[in-house]
Amino acid sequence: MDVFSFIKHAAAAALALASCVGGAHAGEAKIAVAANFTQAAKEIGEAFEKETGHEAVFSFGATGQLYAQISQGAPFDVLLAADQARPEKAVAEGFAVAGSRFTYAVGKIVLYSTDKFLVTGDKTLRSGGFHNIAIANPVTAPYGATAVDVMKALGVYEALRTKLVRGGNIAQTYQFVATGAAELGFVALSQIATHGKGSRWTVPEDLYSPIAQDAVLLRHGEGNEAAEAFITFLKGAKAHAIIERYGYGAPTEKHE
Amino acid sequence: MSEFAELWPPVRLTLLLASVTTVFLMIVGTPLAWWLARSRNGWKEAVAAVVALPLVLPPTVLGFYLLIALGPNGPGGAVAGLFGGRSLAFTFEGLVIGSVIYSLPFVVQPLRNAFESFGERPLEAAATLRASPWDAFWSVAVPLARPGFITGAVLGFAHTVGEFGVVLMIGGNIPGETKVISVAIYDYVETLQWGHAHALTIGMLIFSFAVIFTTMLVNRRFARVTP
Repeated sequence: MDVFSFIKHAAAAALALASCVGGAHAGEAKIAVAANFTQAAKEIGEAFEKETGHEAVFSFGATGQLYAQISQGAPFDVLLAADQARPEKAVAEGFAVAGSRFTYAVGKIVLYSTDKFLVTGDKTLRSGGFHNIAIANPVTAPYGATAVDVMKALGVYEALRTKLVRGGNIAQTYQFVATGAAELGFVALSQIATHGKGSRWTVPEDLYSPIAQDAVLLRHGEGNEAAEAFITFLKGAKAHAIIERYGYGAPTEKHE
Repeated sequence: MSEFAELWPPVRLTLLLASVTTVFLMIVGTPLAWWLARSRNGWKEAVAAVVALPLVLPPTVLGFYLLIALGPNGPGGAVAGLFGGRSLAFTFEGLVIGSVIYSLPFVVQPLRNAFESFGERPLEAAATLRASPWDAFWSVAVPLARPGFITGAVLGFAHTVGEFGVVLMIGGNIPGETKVISVAIYDYVETLQWGHAHALTIGMLIFSFAVIFTTMLVNRRFARVTP
């Protein structure tokens, strides 16, 4: 085989491979997802691909991190945030399509420990009988800010301040607790909704304002059929069933 | 002035961490490098490879295992228990341990090269003058290996200053305890506070340049002195 025919064969093989990888899908949507929604997003993505043939590619991070990336031109088509503030800001600053914002889930926060007996309620926080309590970074992660709100509402924030360790996002916060490195921590209910391990206290909703999580179509995704199909799918019954199974409240509020 | 009050704690912490780490690096690295340079043990290259692993492994791998090892169920938790603690993760001491492991190849490699560079001769000469091995080490080997010590210490210090991934994974971002410069910069960038990010970043750039430049100058000077 001479060099040219080798190149020809190699190119044909590469093309065949590329069509196997990319060609099976009609389109691709790049979706930036707040870390608390990781598990639910993966399941929704699978159902979405099965139904539409489009592919959803997820990037997970703290909402603030994702927002900073979007503001610098990250090529995301859709943002699923953990709050309403960033999607609102994205529209105001021209990174997102006006009128595309809607609430896709309402998050709940839980105090969680892998220790079966540690978390018994707000008295666990009041007793302070632990070395480290993990929260998400309150500046970048809405679940972290909510955790601070809860501790302030209980009047224990000042006392617990020196025991706080901060994860870069709620996924890292959960990892701190799951590895036992921190005895307990405030995590998203969605992260532990599908297993019954450890001990947990679902924080009563009068201690914090509900974490309404908004989605928005980004400028980069305008005209992308797959991105628009994903948003439609996210509003549908199939997605809602998955979202509720992960412990989120059903979205009640609608914006236009 | 308030800006200084906000930017100084991570800088102070980073310098403290790098200084303490460098001291431990020299204490651990010197005998290790000496053994690697002098031993005829067949396993020594395997040991050298283990020491060099942090050069290749992503910080996430080290960070993940360190988090488990330093935690309450690992050896770190057992050590912390002796002092009434529960875990070495999220502590300054934990960061020192992580940094020593992470920066060790940067100290061991130049030291080993330095110890190997002058061969057996000077030590044999010292032995014929009835110097004990201990005495020969301090009065012959250490002065001859001085460029290796300087390079190793400078690189170990600088590499600790520039550490990010491991600290992020085992530190918990605690102001004054584990929030070092690199983590502070990351925070400022992620929250779009670019003024602060610039201030720290430019400082890091100047510092890093000064360190590398100084090391090169030192190496050149010694290269000229020792034929």
